[in-house]
Amino acid sequence: MNSAYLLYEDHEQYLKLISKGEWTIKTVPQIEKLLQKVPTDRKIIWDVSGVKLFDSAGVLLFIEYLERFQKHTEVKVVGYTPKQQEMYNLLVKSMHESVPPREEHFLESLGKKVVGLYSDFRDFLTFLGETMITAFHVITHPRFFRLKETVYHIYQSGFSALMIIGLTAFLVGMVIAYQGAVQLAKFGADIFIVDTVGISITRELGPMITAIVIAGRSGSAYTAEIGAMKITEEIAAMRTMGFDPYNFLVLPRIVALIIALPILIFFADIVGIFGGMVASGLQLHITFGMFVDRLYEVLEVKHYILGMIKGPVFAFVIAAIGCFRGFKVSDNTESIGLQTTASVVNSIFLVIAFDALFSVIYTELGL
Amino acid sequence: MSPKRVIEVKDVVTRFGERTIHDGVNLHVNEHEIYGILGESGSGKSVLMKEMIMLLRPTAGKITVLGYDVTDISYEEAQELRREWGVLFQFGALYSSLTVAENIELQLKEYTDLSKQLREELVRTKIAMVGLAPHVGALYPSELSGGMIKRAALARALAMDPKLLFLDEPTSGLDPVGARNFDKLIVELRELLGITVVMITHDLDSIFSIVDRMAVLADKHVVVEGDLKNVLQSTHPFVEAFFKNEYTQEKYLGKIKAENVQ
Repeated sequence: MNSAYLLYEDHEQYLKLISKGEWTIKTVPQIEKLLQKVPTDRKIIWDVSGVKLFDSAGVLLFIEYLERFQKHTEVKVVGYTPKQQEMYNLLVKSMHESVPPREEHFLESLGKKVVGLYSDFRDFLTFLGETMITAFHVITHPRFFRLKETVYHIYQSGFSALMIIGLTAFLVGMVIAYQGAVQLAKFGADIFIVDTVGISITRELGPMITAIVIAGRSGSAYTAEIGAMKITEEIAAMRTMGFDPYNFLVLPRIVALIIALPILIFFADIVGIFGGMVASGLQLHITFGMFVDRLYEVLEVKHYILGMIKGPVFAFVIAAIGCFRGFKVSDNTESIGLQTTASVVNSIFLVIAFDALFSVIYTELGL
Repeated sequence: MSPKRVIEVKDVVTRFGERTIHDGVNLHVNEHEIYGILGESGSGKSVLMKEMIMLLRPTAGKITVLGYDVTDISYEEAQELRREWGVLFQFGALYSSLTVAENIELQLKEYTDLSKQLREELVRTKIAMVGLAPHVGALYPSELSGGMIKRAALARALAMDPKLLFLDEPTSGLDPVGARNFDKLIVELRELLGITVVMITHDLDSIFSIVDRMAVLADKHVVVEGDLKNVLQSTHPFVEAFFKNEYTQEKYLGKIKAENVQ
């Protein structure tokens, strides 16, 4: 068999293997295929004098197959240059120093995950405790309150989110109305679309949609901001200067969101109902005037208030998780991504869980 | 009379889970000296410094800084102490959302009642003091080179005219000329402001030229503490490897021997 890289001559007593040409990272895959076919039933004489060019990949391949052949038969290598010998010596050392990859047993990884969850939970309690202490300190010493940062975050998380919240709420309102219209039209109960839209938006969907959008938008931003500051040691620098990160970073974000989220919910309620109004007009030919009249009759203030009560709770959940996850970022860039994902997943889940809790409480209270 | 001790570390033990980093570390830093903390990577130099500046708590032992016991300190005392030192982090740790001038001004703004004009003048002075051009004050950290970041961070560390300066590898990542200038700057500041400097360093040039006393951390202990002569007498394997290799012999020790002969 012949190729540009490897030839072999069959002799009675031995096999002469002749390497030639380029043994480099580019040609190694082809050469390996050839080497696999080399029979090992006889003594091998391996002549490497024909190799014009070689690199570490080529030499590693040589070492690997040399050792493989040696297991079956006697091998004699001839014709190597001092440079090849040097490279061989260098690589053969590192090859045998390799540590076998650590295999993790299923139970071991399960245990680690459980312990991880537990310690996450404990850390979160610590975080909440620190936040509470700082909040208490700021309430008793109002001059320590970071007004400027808080206003900045109200702008960032509140005002800047108006567009996306409005658009989302409008579309959700439309979808509810369209879906409801089909069903209600069957009964000729067209006008009840106003009840459906009005109550579902103010009581449930307005707060929830807003919270979910903000969790994705601001919760993730909080995690990434604080996480990046942790990696660049800015948080450590703050601590050495006596700037408590809970007061400078956490509290302004939590307070800002507690202020901004209810306002956004109020906005989402209006735009959501307007979306429903537009859809009802298109589908059921209910005019805006009829819609508003009916809305005035059926939408009690309590539905709006019950929806608004959720706002500060959702805001606290989102901001607290966002900041907590930021502090959990460790010294590598990968963990920013992991923590940001965890932040959004945790806060959306908790928003929905709290929403369910509210529903149960409201129902039990007969509201 | 023995000089005043600014920092005293006594029998410090640090453990992270099952890993022991320090097992009875003792050292002290005298007033007005430039004190080096040396050791191989992983020997807990940074951890020790973090314990001094209250970013970490030792598992056991006592650390006294400027007369305060930082392992048992009230919130108010801790806040006071934090205004009396400056810290230069290895990578600067400038606040990326603020300009250089705002970074330097921040503590002045928070902790003093100085007028805006006076604050700005102070900031300009600090910027000039560390050898930066005046226009650098208006730049954001992301617009600075590595050397400028270190200088700006030093200016920030000096903002409150601290008595004590902590430097974490101040010359790492600087070019040789920049590193020597930085060394010179540290000596000048010490002479000018009478501060005490504690620095973690690997830089042989700094060790041989500006460090007065040093501690070598290895095997969880301080294996030797003192000036260069004392340290060179140690036969600990790390000291042997670090100071008595061919490179150091040729570049520095020959010089020292020659001086001693004279």
